Amino acid sequence: MSTPASPQIPDAEGALVALAERMRAAVAHDAAFVGIYSGGAWLAERLAAMIPGSHAVGYIDVSYYRDDYAKSGLKGGAKRTELSFDVEGATIVLVDDVLYTGRSVRAAINELFDFGRPDRIELAVLVDRGGRELPVQADYVGARLVVARELSVVLSKDPGGTLSLAVEPLAGN
Amino acid sequence: MKIEIRSGRVVDPAQDVDRVASLYVAAGRIVAIGDAPAGWTPNRVIDAQGLVVCPGLVDAAARLREPGLEHKATLESELQAAIAGGVTSLACPPDTDPPLDEPGLVEMLKHRARSLNLAHVYPVGALTLQLAGTTLTEMGELAEAGCVAFSQADMPLVDTQVLLRAMQYAATFGHRVWLRPQDPHLGKGGVAHDGEVATRLGLAAVPTAAETIALATIFALVRETGVRVHLCRLSSAEGVALVRAAKRDGLPVTCDVAIHHLHLCDVDIGWFDAQAHLVPPLRTSRDRAALRAGVADGTIDVICSDHTPVDDDGKQLPFAEAEPGATGLELLLPLTLKWAAEERVELAPALARITQAPAALLGIPAGSLAVGAAADICVFDPVAY
Amino acid sequence: MRNPQLNANGELTHLLTLEGLPAEVIRQILDTAEPFASIAEREVKKVPLLRGKAVFNLFFENSTRTRTTFEIAAKRLSADVINLNIGASSTSKGETLLDTVDNLVAMNADMFVVRHSQSGAPHLIAAHLNAHKRTHVHVVNAGDGRHAHPTQGLLDLYTIRHYKREFHGLTVAIVGDVLHSRVARSLIHGLTTLGTPEVRVIGPRTLLPTRVEALGVRVFSDMREGLAGCDVVVMLRLQSERMKGALLPSAGEYFKHYGLTQDKLAAARPDVIVMHPGPMNRGVEIDSAVADGERSVILPQVTFGIAVRMAVMSIIAGN
Repeated sequence: MSTPASPQIPDAEGALVALAERMRAAVAHDAAFVGIYSGGAWLAERLAAMIPGSHAVGYIDVSYYRDDYAKSGLKGGAKRTELSFDVEGATIVLVDDVLYTGRSVRAAINELFDFGRPDRIELAVLVDRGGRELPVQADYVGARLVVARELSVVLSKDPGGTLSLAVEPLAGN
Repeated sequence: MKIEIRSGRVVDPAQDVDRVASLYVAAGRIVAIGDAPAGWTPNRVIDAQGLVVCPGLVDAAARLREPGLEHKATLESELQAAIAGGVTSLACPPDTDPPLDEPGLVEMLKHRARSLNLAHVYPVGALTLQLAGTTLTEMGELAEAGCVAFSQADMPLVDTQVLLRAMQYAATFGHRVWLRPQDPHLGKGGVAHDGEVATRLGLAAVPTAAETIALATIFALVRETGVRVHLCRLSSAEGVALVRAAKRDGLPVTCDVAIHHLHLCDVDIGWFDAQAHLVPPLRTSRDRAALRAGVADGTIDVICSDHTPVDDDGKQLPFAEAEPGATGLELLLPLTLKWAAEERVELAPALARITQAPAALLGIPAGSLAVGAAADICVFDPVAY
Repeated sequence: MRNPQLNANGELTHLLTLEGLPAEVIRQILDTAEPFASIAEREVKKVPLLRGKAVFNLFFENSTRTRTTFEIAAKRLSADVINLNIGASSTSKGETLLDTVDNLVAMNADMFVVRHSQSGAPHLIAAHLNAHKRTHVHVVNAGDGRHAHPTQGLLDLYTIRHYKREFHGLTVAIVGDVLHSRVARSLIHGLTTLGTPEVRVIGPRTLLPTRVEALGVRVFSDMREGLAGCDVVVMLRLQSERMKGALLPSAGEYFKHYGLTQDKLAAARPDVIVMHPGPMNRGVEIDSAVADGERSVILPQVTFGIAVRMAVMSIIAGN
């Protein structure tokens, strides 16, 4: 598949190591890592193993909190949000694979607040590709990347658990 | 006023005529067919080349909604519809409000119709007072006022003793009793044929047995008394078979079918389309096929419109609550022609079912283009129709 | 004839009946219901999907149970819910069904949940909305006459799938007054559409509709024969009116031949599940030992009902 002017795609595993490095020094000892499905979920699990401390892992599905329901309807494949710890008073690091417009993060924050009032939420992302449409910023970033609007950045996991990043045309282009 | 209808295909089943000829009308009567009378100068010439010229149609059942139901339709509107459909004589059932159980009401209706000067109206009188099925009406008086037959319209006559006596009394005055074969108990409250469609749609249903049981009862009474009966609105294959057998046995019965039942069946209800809510209900395609064949082989004598127009308010309701009925006066001719074309029935026998046969049933001087007859004529384009 | 439930893109825009719905649409609803089931366990049992939308419960036939589950489902989607209990007296006030609908649409109704005693009433409303191109207003049938109760059918399918995983090898029996049951008709359509190989109806002939086999079921008059080898048994409620219409002699005789007891249930498979749309007539169609027994999944059905209705509403409101 040929893409116009292929950008330098960072190596996912390498970016993860860089991200964990940045987090190790700064995250609270008992921060919960909540991953946004699906890529964020894989990352949250990996990070909890890589960063010392007592880090509960939670999973969040933002399907019901998206802002494009009126336009595009309900998309299938919603998964269960699982937060096994008490959100009330918790320190949470929200984990996502790609930070782009910021809308998924907005939805995830709204959803978290329906569970309780956290003390603090920080955001960790594997890749920040710019293009923000809301005032959202990541506290911890693995790698940066600039990609054209018609392309999407996708994180995948192979059967062995190795993560990799790819750039693909947006579905429908 | 001298009118010449020139070079049309004149089809008159009553006189066994089917040829291209011109028709000559003077002073409201047919004065000649074929060659013009001596010294003929017409005031008006109608070019009927390529058109069919037949007797004005006779509709054995059309509801006019007067008296009492003028908010739905009036004599004027319905008689306009009649002549627009080529119908020049029609019989109306007695279920007006009040029902036609009194000579005064009949006279008034006839008077109103005459003054409108559109189609001829022949009322069918009520068999019992208020159509309630208990007391006989003054059939002698009603006959004198102009009733051509007596019926219960769609109201059931539960008491067979009363039914028998009503039949005998009507016979005294030489009139037939027109009866809808509908058992009063079976399928009470039903709105659709008792079959697959009603089961799927969850509609209360009327089984075919409601018709066949009533037919059997009527035939038994006819056998006992020899009274002539006309059966209204057959709806089932089994019903047609019973009538065929009764006729073979020599019973003096005739019957009719409503034009919509020759074309539609219960599947046409679709997703609860209240336009298809009719009485009797539309039955299966098998029943429809038997009705169509029954008209073709003469078991069914007459096709009528059963014209029962219902306004939007009456139909924009859940199926069972909607008023049953459909408009038919303007559709009688085209739908009869459609049936004839599909069943490969020739034009003359097809037209007989809506001209000669209903005229004979009503006992009226209509349905024929004989010289001297009233000039009730229908001219139509067989291709356009 | 286009399916009045689907819009021009083939997406579900009204839920009127399970009959004629593509299998994928039914599966989509069941799949969407799954994660909704977990919302009940949250502190804040709400998601904002239908926030700002007005859902009108138009109940022309009383039903506190069904109306309440729809209300809970709509509120969990953050919708505004307005309940209109229009008994038979309202029609005597002269306002027709469609006039009522038009007035509510003028008040910015987004969705109607309709229960009516006449078969076809929701179809009439949907046809009226479609004819007037009100594509943003949706209809959910909460039960119309004897015709359909699609959300009940869906929650029954969801329940079966929850316990039995899939439909392809199942034998399902529906017992009781099928003639008057919209629940039975909807479930039969749903089961046959999803490929259930054997669907049985069991009951006395007076309570079975004409030509019921045409719906794709096998008919049994003997309950033990009908239950033999069943994976799922669905008991239908028997209403007391049936004894008056010369359909049945007595509740006692009915229970003897068609009531579900442990003894009769033994004819089914050992892992059979017992379902009932509720409310139950204990001792008439089902005895307490079975209703409260370990094979009964009657209470879970109620919980699943809320999730399924949330799924239906959120799917159609987004189309």
